[in-house]
Amino acid sequence: MKILVPVKRVIDYNVKPRVKADQSGVDLANVKMSMNPFDEIAVEEAIRLKEAGKADEIVVVSIGEQKAQETLRTGLAMGADRGILVVADAMPEPLAVAKILAKVVEEESPDLVILGKQAIDDDSNQVGQMLAALLDWPQGTFASKVEPADGKVNVTREVDGGLETLSLSTPAIITTDLRLNEPRYASLPNIMKAKKKPIDEKTPADYGVDTAARLEVLKVIEPPKREAGEIVPDVDTLVAKIKEKGFAA
Amino acid sequence: MSTLILADHDNKELAPATLVAVTAAAKLGGDVHVLVAGEGSQAVADAAAKIAGVAKVLHADDAAYGHALAENLAPLVEGLMGDYDYLLAPATSTGKNVLPRVAAKMDTQMISEIVAINDDGSFDRPTYAGNAISTVKSSDAKKVITVRGTAFDKADAEGGSASVEAVSGAGDSGKSSFVSAEIAESERPELTSAGIVVSGGRALQSGENFEKIIEPLADKLGAAVGASRAAVDAGYVPNDYQVGQTGKIVAPELYIAIGISGAIQHLAGMKDSKTIIAINKDEDAPIFSVADYGLVADLYKAVPELTEKL
Ligand SMILES: Cc1cc2nc3c(=O)[nH]c(=O)nc-3n(C[C@H](O)[C@H](O)[C@H](O)COP(=O)(O)OP(=O)(O)OC[C@H]3O[C@@H](n4cnc5c(N)ncnc54)[C@H](O)[C@@H]3O)c2cc1C
Repeated sequence: MKILVPVKRVIDYNVKPRVKADQSGVDLANVKMSMNPFDEIAVEEAIRLKEAGKADEIVVVSIGEQKAQETLRTGLAMGADRGILVVADAMPEPLAVAKILAKVVEEESPDLVILGKQAIDDDSNQVGQMLAALLDWPQGTFASKVEPADGKVNVTREVDGGLETLSLSTPAIITTDLRLNEPRYASLPNIMKAKKKPIDEKTPADYGVDTAARLEVLKVIEPPKREAGEIVPDVDTLVAKIKEKGFAA
Repeated sequence: MSTLILADHDNKELAPATLVAVTAAAKLGGDVHVLVAGEGSQAVADAAAKIAGVAKVLHADDAAYGHALAENLAPLVEGLMGDYDYLLAPATSTGKNVLPRVAAKMDTQMISEIVAINDDGSFDRPTYAGNAISTVKSSDAKKVITVRGTAFDKADAEGGSASVEAVSGAGDSGKSSFVSAEIAESERPELTSAGIVVSGGRALQSGENFEKIIEPLADKLGAAVGASRAAVDAGYVPNDYQVGQTGKIVAPELYIAIGISGAIQHLAGMKDSKTIIAINKDEDAPIFSVADYGLVADLYKAVPELTEKL
């Protein structure tokens, strides 16, 4: 079984994003960037399937600026076998990303594509579902458990009321939720080894995909700031405040 | 102009978040129709017909739609979109799962989790865990949108008298099937629509402590119970309790955060609450920067005392 894992280079989750004064976006200059945390979980899941003898090749693919190569190297250091970098000047929208990935899937013919459920920058939560639509494959989104067996894959999903398990025919799309696994750190020897693993470089044009934006971003602003309130000295004062506000009699 | 809303429901009851989408649709103007796709879901179709402002209910009742499988729902919805300019759904787990699949089939760049509709036809949506609000304008002919449940008021569940029309689609795609579900039944108010939420974090240390310390306070206040990711990951409470960027978004009248540090991913899910109370033993915890009332104290002492004195 072959697994394709798309990975996105995003602002590190520990960094507090700052909106630019000209309202054109979030300031990413000199900000620590990392692999989207959900994508790390996707890479980890693929590696675990390989370690369990259920997969034999893992291909990581990233779409974005040239520096997304670093993100691919992270995936390779974790244990993926090779990478594909699709260099785009501006980050394409989710639909265009899904279209590029659909072409990569055509070329690579994976049995599973495992993606993060959302990127922590645009918070769209779309690409996996869109890719599934374009390929006409089934989708197991927000997965907290993935069990391939006999040409099918069982996916347990985190839904509003709790958990739900679906059985999907393969090939299939899976998007990861937080509790699917805990991603490993790459060891130093593996980071060194990853430098020698092959990365193929492409452009959206190579795949014949139009990446023109459909959404015009008119402005990006900071949300209204919440003023910090008061520190109360003791439980009695807190009780008084709660009653004052009418939350308890 | 007209809008189709994909209703969220469990075949018995309409999810309240659907009413929020109705309000957003009314703001867009034109006719508002609601699609109820399910199995044995007549009660839901009847309820949808009573929502104030809904002109028509489309009802697709088929075993294929009973578990809201995206593979079966997407072609049904896409097939109905010929007559509509907008497709809306509440940003619930079903809306988030199904709508992008429909959007891609329609070659449309979907707009996720809007929080405002502007007069110039643009939409506001939070990005970067709510640290940036983007205003976007779509050039697509038809627009596909999910609506954040806390961003608009709920439409009146009564007062409408829409006609109900049966519709059908291709049914089962054969690509996916439902196996099982673990859905917790609770007597408490539902997290996303509760007026008061009491949430616990890693500091609770066990599920037992959640029961002993968080739940009695929640019961006293008639509140829903929430949690941080750390508390869910550690198995103290089920996954559907998680509040945050990637969990549930809540904006109750009162949110009480107990033993939660206030990471940006958690704040993203609760900072629009009307009043926030934080109880944490670390006076520098970031949660205090958004709290209206903060109490620096050991929760194991302070919370039982609070519960008793209320
Ligand atoms: C991709 C991604 C998505 C995420 N999504 C979410 C999300 O949706 N929701 C979410 O919540 N998190 C999310 N997180 C995790 C988030 O970054 C934090 O790790 C998490 O919120 C921390 O939970 P916590 O506050 O319970 O734990 P901690 O940060 O460990 O805080 C525990 C707090 O308890 C206090 N404390 C300890 N003992 C006591 C005591 N006896 N009395 C009083 N106070 C005490 C401590 O002072 C501390 O402030 C996400 C992270 C990532 C990377």
